[in-house]
Amino acid sequence: MTAPLLEVKGLAKRFGGFVALEGIDLDVAPGERLGLIGPNGSGKSTLVNCVCGTLYNEMGTVRFAGQALDGLPAHQRTHMGLARSFQLPRPFVSLSVADNLRVPLLYTVRRRSLLISSPADLDERCFELLQQVGLDGKARRRPSDLTQVEMRKLELARAIAAEPKLLIADEAMAGLSHSEIEDIIALLMRLNAQGITIILIEHIMRAVMSFSQRLAVLVSGRKVADGKPEDVVNNPEVVRAYLGQ
Amino acid sequence: MRPWKFSLLTLAAGAVVFALALAARSDYLFFAGYVVLQFIVLATAWNILGGYCGYVNFGTAAFFAIGTYTTVALHKIGTNSGRYLSGTAGELLQPLFPLSVPTLVILSGVVAGVIGLGMGYLTLRLRGVFFAIATLALAVVLQTLVINWDFVGGSRGAYIIRDEGLAVAGFKLGYIQYLFAIMLLLAAVALSVARLIEGSRLGYGFATIRDDETAAEAAGVPTLRLKLIATTISGAFMGMAGAPYPYYIGYVEPAGTFGLPYAVNSVAMPMIGGTTSWAGPLIGAMLLGSMQQIATVTISSAVNLLLVGVLLVVFVVIAPNGIIGLVLDWRRSRGKP
Repeated sequence: MTAPLLEVKGLAKRFGGFVALEGIDLDVAPGERLGLIGPNGSGKSTLVNCVCGTLYNEMGTVRFAGQALDGLPAHQRTHMGLARSFQLPRPFVSLSVADNLRVPLLYTVRRRSLLISSPADLDERCFELLQQVGLDGKARRRPSDLTQVEMRKLELARAIAAEPKLLIADEAMAGLSHSEIEDIIALLMRLNAQGITIILIEHIMRAVMSFSQRLAVLVSGRKVADGKPEDVVNNPEVVRAYLGQ
Repeated sequence: MRPWKFSLLTLAAGAVVFALALAARSDYLFFAGYVVLQFIVLATAWNILGGYCGYVNFGTAAFFAIGTYTTVALHKIGTNSGRYLSGTAGELLQPLFPLSVPTLVILSGVVAGVIGLGMGYLTLRLRGVFFAIATLALAVVLQTLVINWDFVGGSRGAYIIRDEGLAVAGFKLGYIQYLFAIMLLLAAVALSVARLIEGSRLGYGFATIRDDETAAEAAGVPTLRLKLIATTISGAFMGMAGAPYPYYIGYVEPAGTFGLPYAVNSVAMPMIGGTTSWAGPLIGAMLLGSMQQIATVTISSAVNLLLVGVLLVVFVVIAPNGIIGLVLDWRRSRGKP
């Protein structure tokens, strides 16, 4: 059996008296497409934040590619190959679209001198990434000039630019139209085909079902189901808590 | 333009400015020009942390004063080296004293840089207004320490008697011309460093910190390390700007050295010029610094801060991104990126 790429064991996170996550165990195998679902406030984003180092967990351990991540700052986790996109796009607004991608390339992929910035091969790589997400025509624009779907594509492209082993896409399709959702799913599928393991957090069930090989469900900070998508959606606890009765 | 070309061009521009000032044969020009150049250094230094990283520092006066009082302390040791430099180590150091102004500038930069690093380490977990308040508190704490530090004159201040003039590479210069040349060189170095940072990996990192620190970390940017680099560079240049000041003014005392004008000007000048480019602080400092010098001789030095305040309000309302922002908006409206 292949060793998991991401191993979460007994993860717990509290905000004051509020228990956001409790005893979360989750393994993700290399190359896997995992869907993570749950109602609003179930702890999905908190789990992502704990895994990526934006928040620190009080209990439990997170291991990535065999290494413990506990206590490591977010940027070191990114250097190790763990990248994420944000639920609400957070572009670097003062930089151009291409420069938004240049940042992870400079800081994650090509960490050399602090005073070197723009060899030609970096420009080429930026262009390739922009082409991959269909933003090559907007390389020199500011993120404020982008549409909602373009902003989400930029968010994904920035995560991919870090050349991750694992990509966590946090509600990458929220607010998008049917065809735009298809675009994003196709993009995620292509990335997965290139060998990137993907965790997709999403409310749009159609997208989750078509994308995921495995589905995990969080409810009120606890994992209530984990398995094949068709089994999980028929799980009575999931139906009761997430889909309603 | 490559950074080394920019540095050479800046140095050449500095040489032209110095030659023109010499040709004008007016000591006043050197006195006034020194202040404008000092503000170019301070504004550029402030902008490295405040503009590039978005961390507003109200402690400029503290770093400036660190440079000033480092000079005062080392000058005092130099003029009484027999008394203060005793023992084996003292005897070894004695031949180095009195220190030249360029050496004092470098040493002040090191001291202010180290204190900048320390301040950064203590305060950079704070953000926004809390960080700004912490830097203001640093200025108050340092002022209190200096007031109670008798060695550098305490609250009564300290006098520095400078030479009439000196010969540099065969040229006989008045002391004010010498100080002007040092500040000109320092301004050229500060601008070159700012320009180098701006187009570098470090500059991209600073910009991401300004825009969104959480997203920056997620993109692999070590934000805390970069902020410490910014506070160190920024503090070092502020300290260097303060180092020649005792020789310029002749008498320093805490109320003047830690004065509000340094903090206000070094924030206002980049804001008016534009904070996202090395040119912004240069434009702001030249504009505001010159206006203040003109106001000082035509109206009164008391209107200096009023001028800064009015201009700052005007720019915040009509051009929040400063003069550089206005130019970029105009270029963008003409379809240029």
